[in-house]
Amino acid sequence: MSNADIYHEMIIDYSRNPINYGKIEDHDVTFHDSNPLCGDSIDIDMKIDGDKVSDIKFHGKGCAICMACSSVLTEIAKGKNIKDVRNISKTDVLGELGLENLQAVRIKCALLSLKVLKSALYSYLGKHLEDSSDVDKLKEEAASLY
Amino acid sequence: MQSAQTSFENLRKDFPILKRTVRENKTLVYLDNASTTQKPNQVIDAINDYYRNHNANIHRAVYALAEEATELYENSREKIANFINVKDKTEIIFVRGTTEAINLVAYAWGRDHIKEGDIIVTTEYEHHSNIVPWQLLTQEKGAKLEYIGMDDNGELTLDDLDKYLATGKVKLVTFSLMSNVLGTISDADTIISKCKAAGVLTLVDGAQAVPHMKVDIEKLGCDFFAFSGHKMLGPTGIGILWAKKSVLETMSPFHGGGDMIREVHKYETTWNDLPYKFEAGTPNIADVVGFGAAIDYLSNIGMTAIRQHEIELTSYAIEKLSQVKGLHIYGTKDISKRGGVISFNFADVHPHDVAQIIDEEGIAIRSGHHCAQVLMERLNVAATSRASFYIYNTREEIDKLINSLNKVARIFKL
Repeated sequence: MSNADIYHEMIIDYSRNPINYGKIEDHDVTFHDSNPLCGDSIDIDMKIDGDKVSDIKFHGKGCAICMACSSVLTEIAKGKNIKDVRNISKTDVLGELGLENLQAVRIKCALLSLKVLKSALYSYLGKHLEDSSDVDKLKEEAASLY
Repeated sequence: MQSAQTSFENLRKDFPILKRTVRENKTLVYLDNASTTQKPNQVIDAINDYYRNHNANIHRAVYALAEEATELYENSREKIANFINVKDKTEIIFVRGTTEAINLVAYAWGRDHIKEGDIIVTTEYEHHSNIVPWQLLTQEKGAKLEYIGMDDNGELTLDDLDKYLATGKVKLVTFSLMSNVLGTISDADTIISKCKAAGVLTLVDGAQAVPHMKVDIEKLGCDFFAFSGHKMLGPTGIGILWAKKSVLETMSPFHGGGDMIREVHKYETTWNDLPYKFEAGTPNIADVVGFGAAIDYLSNIGMTAIRQHEIELTSYAIEKLSQVKGLHIYGTKDISKRGGVISFNFADVHPHDVAQIIDEEGIAIRSGHHCAQVLMERLNVAATSRASFYIYNTREEIDKLINSLNKVARIFKL
């Protein structure tokens, strides 16, 4: 994938003006993770009403790819059922931005926020659900993201 | 000056990798020398020759090959001792690199000499390799790790050192001779003389300095000194710990095993002489030989000439980069106080995006935290872009860097 393909209008716009950027002070769950190789760092806050992600925001520091993917991911997740959010896959995020063939070293930039989102969900479900096998499965999903 | 420039350009023919193209037929412009350097034929050939003609284990067998291998290995030790002006070559210990050297000191010296309440002082611009081993040690011992701060010019604020020394609790001060991010050359003379006056030992991380300027250990007067082969044309996986004999003699072994022993009995062992006491197991013989070839190569050029070449390149690069609108260079612009490492940020474009876009032009620079997250915190940035130079770099390559940055500006509509 050449840079002309990666750095298209949408990526630059999202990185300049990220969507759902910020904090939710009265969040029901928050999670932080970083990429140890490059220092990119993302926090996701979620407000959960019943089984719905009623609000979601992210903040942190990252490259254009990381910022654009975080914007797209939070747009996808906002208003969805927990079950549907849980099923968001990496191709959903990458596909939205035409990044399916992103080179290996940059994949982690693109998927950091998805990892944070799944971890946040896992931490929420771990506190609120009794079914531990379900939680283990989610943990596995989060671990196999890359 | 012109003739010096030309002769440096002539060195390029010794580096086969510089002839290759990357991405879409772009000539490689390698500007990540603070991370690792490319290798000349002389080094590659020395390693090749060792494996083809002399390979045997050292210090043991009596046959001809073993004798040759031992001689090659010990010759490298002598070359390295001469290169940094160490008179007693038994003070030169082969390790994997600077990281292992510092860990060796933290383990083999630190465990015996650091007690609860003691203080170890490092600096805000250290590489993780000169922070984490001391965190591990101080946490284990209930000791404290303190930092010499840095001013906005990227220079250490040595008042902090006075403050810590005044407590009487400092046992070791450890600092890099040249920052791997800012290129700042530390005021080693002042730090070491203050420490000496206070009876405190000093460790100098020379990983960035030794490849780029003349370093004279005797003049420097520190107690420990560490550096790596791969940052100075040598192979990866080989480095040096130098320490004063009087200090080494107070230290327990690091690794136990073959070669570091004198006599082994069922329940007790006596140690081999220096430096072998600290070189357990079969060492990295081939790369020690390759490191020796790198030392020969650098000695032939001369470290003063190398420093001069880099001063010229760095001045040129700072001048050109300063003209790029929106580009911020970190650290001092006083060339006498910095080496050929330039960290910068370009407007609000993340360093990864900068590095990726210019990679398409065949230009290799580093982006990220450069294993210096404490410094990134101090600079209040997540990452920087970093260009770092060596003997084979040219002004034309810096021009290419500048041109490629214009492409970044275009894509990001700066």
